[in-house]
Amino acid sequence: MKLFNFYKNTFKHGIHPPEHKDDTKDLPIKQFSFAPVFILPMEQHIGGPSELLVNEGQEVDRGQLIAKANGYMSVPVHAPVSGVIRKITKVPTVSGKMVTGVYLEAFPYSGQEVREGIPLDPEDASKEQILNAIQQAGIVGLGGAAFPTHVKLKVPEDKQCDVLLLNGVECEPYLTTDHRVMLEQSDDVFMGIRYLLKATGAKKCIIGIEANKQNAADHLEKNIPEGLPVEIRVVPVKYPQGAEKMLITSVLDIEVPSGGLPIDVGVVVVNVATSAEIGRLLPHGQGIQERVVTITGPGVKKKGNYLIPIGTPIRYVLEEVGISDQISEVYLGGPMMGVAISNLDIPVVKGTSGIVVYTKDEVPDVQREFPCIKCGSCVDACPISLNPSKMGLLSRVKAYDEMAETCNLMDCFECGSCSYVCPSNIPLVQRFRIAKSIVRKRKAKAHA
Amino acid sequence: MRNQTLNISTSPHLKKGVTTDVIMKNVVYALIPATAFSIYVFGLSALLTIGMSVTSCLLTEHFLCKWSGKASTINDYSAVITGVLLGLTLPPIFPLWMTFMGGVIAIGLGKYLFGGLGYNVFNPALVGRAVLQAAFPVAITTWYPALMSDRFTSVASSLYTLPFMQPFFDGQSGATPLSAFKFDHISAETTDLVFGFVSGSTGETCTIAIVLGGLYLIYRGMMNWKIPVSIIASAFLFSGMLYLYNPELYPTPWFIVFSGGLMLGAFFMATDMVGSPITNLGVIIYGSFIGILVVIIRIWGGLPEGVMYAILLGNALAPQLDRVIQPRVYGTSKLSKS
Repeated sequence: MKLFNFYKNTFKHGIHPPEHKDDTKDLPIKQFSFAPVFILPMEQHIGGPSELLVNEGQEVDRGQLIAKANGYMSVPVHAPVSGVIRKITKVPTVSGKMVTGVYLEAFPYSGQEVREGIPLDPEDASKEQILNAIQQAGIVGLGGAAFPTHVKLKVPEDKQCDVLLLNGVECEPYLTTDHRVMLEQSDDVFMGIRYLLKATGAKKCIIGIEANKQNAADHLEKNIPEGLPVEIRVVPVKYPQGAEKMLITSVLDIEVPSGGLPIDVGVVVVNVATSAEIGRLLPHGQGIQERVVTITGPGVKKKGNYLIPIGTPIRYVLEEVGISDQISEVYLGGPMMGVAISNLDIPVVKGTSGIVVYTKDEVPDVQREFPCIKCGSCVDACPISLNPSKMGLLSRVKAYDEMAETCNLMDCFECGSCSYVCPSNIPLVQRFRIAKSIVRKRKAKAHA
Repeated sequence: MRNQTLNISTSPHLKKGVTTDVIMKNVVYALIPATAFSIYVFGLSALLTIGMSVTSCLLTEHFLCKWSGKASTINDYSAVITGVLLGLTLPPIFPLWMTFMGGVIAIGLGKYLFGGLGYNVFNPALVGRAVLQAAFPVAITTWYPALMSDRFTSVASSLYTLPFMQPFFDGQSGATPLSAFKFDHISAETTDLVFGFVSGSTGETCTIAIVLGGLYLIYRGMMNWKIPVSIIASAFLFSGMLYLYNPELYPTPWFIVFSGGLMLGAFFMATDMVGSPITNLGVIIYGSFIGILVVIIRIWGGLPEGVMYAILLGNALAPQLDRVIQPRVYGTSKLSKS
């Protein structure tokens, strides 16, 4: 049975890039020091920007609400530090866009105690109360996409959630935050599961973990609280298994319909770190002020997993951990789907799972692009069985509509496996991103 | 920390790092055993044939690139492969000027006219050989016995024949196992075929040397093993059925599989990534098509050998297979529209 499962417990195709996790996977989470000035953009999540509640010059306490949710698809922002609002202005973000935000100057001698709010007991609270509390705590998916968690947890009237699937896969190379969270914050993870089960109405919870984190799986398995319907499932190491749909296929052996959501097959997927955050904040009625970030890569001197207050400028982070003189690229997130930044004066936000610093040696020279030799590597790599080779040829002639209509372009979730394997260095996923955005714009235009 | 200039690129920021030229280079490495063995069996004549073929392919590629104002692409190794393969499929005593012409045609007509690497429909080496076969039917079916005692000291005079001269093959020609079977119904020993101590084209005789190179490429993940397997299996099964039906009339499946250019074709020509389909199902149909066609041409066709035509027809089929057969996209129940 076990042997049978070994082959079964994963999705088709995918790739296995070098993991690079050894540098940080055994390093316990360390509290990061407070920066002198914090940058808090109002757009840290997908959805409407948060609405500022403070004025320039106002003093705030750590954990205090400084911006409220602007509508259902939005979450609030809390002060990561006790200090004074120095400036309300446009601040730089990962996307390169300037958005409304604040500069918050920390009080250097503050005790940085977080005020207690109204606690919520998972057993007594109603579904709506929990969803509301999750939104008020400012929680978004901590895996990287920063989708408001309460929206994801809201099961539509006509659907039912059978399984709550916790994502502890962490398939991106270099990143070890979820690994450390599972090892060090298992009680918070399980506490979060109590709220999540109640909120979704799911009868059981499965935690999917890749085999390179066996110790985390063992630790969680040992500590499952009495009576909590939690099952640990170890899956083979493979990228992009952390993608919701891939994880669902790996663990439950079902496919989410094209264009559909996990709830269409009765599943809600939540990142383990998000669950830990819910389990830590809700019992105290607090808002999110910090998150675990892996700081690693060949250019970093003090690599590690750090609990970093949200809003800490990347420049300050890198100064504290020390970087080599030869740095050439900095990525937020993992190297497969993360974003390269050119500006170090952007802050760590809720969605920042890692900071990876490369030196000149690691970044290859601009590689020559060969013609497609139809080797089929991309077809064998694509986790959702698209035909990147064909789409690549269509994108050359700008046949974007044909790509969408006949090649399921819009199903591509941009994992980059095709570009990773392509021997001809053809920027496949990069072209598909462009194609997708053009198709989206055309559709929007057609509807308008 | 002073202000750093940071590079910006879009994800993924990692690459597997096996580039097209690396793959091509490894194919050249994989052809070394077959090449070395052919030189051992046929001596200096084989060395000259292969050398001339490679030289003419490289010169043609280089010249055409320069002529059209592009950077030369000879260092992607694909022209070397074409040259080696063409040389290996020609008889060891083939006049050198014809070999040179074959190389020019292979690259010029078979590859460059279609747009170069990646755009050619047919295997360039086989295009070159097909034209040579049509133009010089006698020369290309004049063979040389294996393991001649003077093979390292002298060279067949026909190699030096000039254009517009009738090559003189001075009685050295010997039948290949395939032509012996086709025209005189004499079947060769399977072991001789496997080891390659028979007459035939320069490099297609030794199964062991070819399979060795093929296994290396499969091990490195640079060859689709399903192609040779489906070609050999389908040829074996189809000829086996015929043999069981009438052992008097039809050769054994072992003979079919190990004789002629089947092994070289299955491992090194049909597997040319550019000319073969992309999807798994497509590859299996493509391979079976070639395997069955080889048997049909060999047994009922006018020529003793059919691998070249079978693969060229397979190449023609491949784009159609790619058009019709698409992988089933995740989350869709039917085969996606094509």
